[in-house]
Amino acid sequence: MPWNFNSNTPIYMQIIEQIKLSIAVGEYKAGDKILSVRELAAEAEVNPNTMQKALSELERDGLLYTQRTSGRFITNDPKTIEDLRKQLANEQIENFISKMKLLGYSPEEAAELMKMYNKK
Amino acid sequence: MLLEFNKVCKYYGNKAALNNIDLQLERGKIIGLLGPNGSGKTTLIKILSGILTPSSGDLKISGKNIGIETKKIVSYLPEKTYLSDWMTVQQTLNFFKDFYEDFSIETALDMLQRLNIQPSEKLRTMSKGTREKVQLILVMSRNAELYLLDEPIGGVDPAARDYILKTIISNFNENASVLISTHLISDVENVLDDVIFLKYGNIVLHSTVDEIREQNGKSVDALFREVFAC
Repeated sequence: MPWNFNSNTPIYMQIIEQIKLSIAVGEYKAGDKILSVRELAAEAEVNPNTMQKALSELERDGLLYTQRTSGRFITNDPKTIEDLRKQLANEQIENFISKMKLLGYSPEEAAELMKMYNKK
Repeated sequence: MLLEFNKVCKYYGNKAALNNIDLQLERGKIIGLLGPNGSGKTTLIKILSGILTPSSGDLKISGKNIGIETKKIVSYLPEKTYLSDWMTVQQTLNFFKDFYEDFSIETALDMLQRLNIQPSEKLRTMSKGTREKVQLILVMSRNAELYLLDEPIGGVDPAARDYILKTIISNFNENASVLISTHLISDVENVLDDVIFLKYGNIVLHSTVDEIREQNGKSVDALFREVFAC
């Protein structure tokens, strides 16, 4: 996968975000095997320690699991993936609502505008 | 601890190049040694490699005083080339094999092949950038505990820079650490665990890249420009 990093936030957090997104949009499918830490680090051109830190955190969140001999995999649990999708959607909504608030719209008004936009 | 500096000073005449340096580095890290020209980066690296001796204070690598025993476990890439240009790449490999027990010809040949560099080529006929790659390959093909890279990406094009950084991240292991001095910070930032800022021979900052970004909301490069603003 192509990796893009900004320079203001820690790389490991950006890796986490990008892998989460890949899982949510189905680029990574449930049960897919992912590359080794070293391979992923080389691909993303980051430090292996950074990649390890990101993967460990994703593992703690239940999005990845490790099988001792065969490697690391995307979770097989459809609910975990669905929850992740919802979580990312909520982040987008929060973002949207706060921007609309800046423009002086209440959440209700924003929702109304959204409906009208969809009708167009 | 891989590396310990205890109140290390280095004077050239009465000018202090390093001023009371206390520093500890762990294994398994890639550390950026950053600072403007004349801040003491090369002096610090040369002391670690055993080329210079400190004026006062002491330091240990892997618990050993600097000397033959540390040279066996330290792989040093100097700023300038020291290989004779009449040599072929193969001859430089043999040269390294003679000097260092931990040198792996197989690793070196493999990396050379991937870069399309022929072992029969003479250094003289190569471009500056290719020669720098050969030298880095030699240094990274040792199974050392401490790699000292003094400006490893200064003279090469951006594509070669990427390759060199990839070589560094794929060749070091958790028992070893890599100390990279450079002022091309934005190019190396993504591969670093820790950074050390040197200013007039003093360590003014020693932190992880993650911490810098978390606490300042900006890159190491941006912070560097602030700390060292002229």
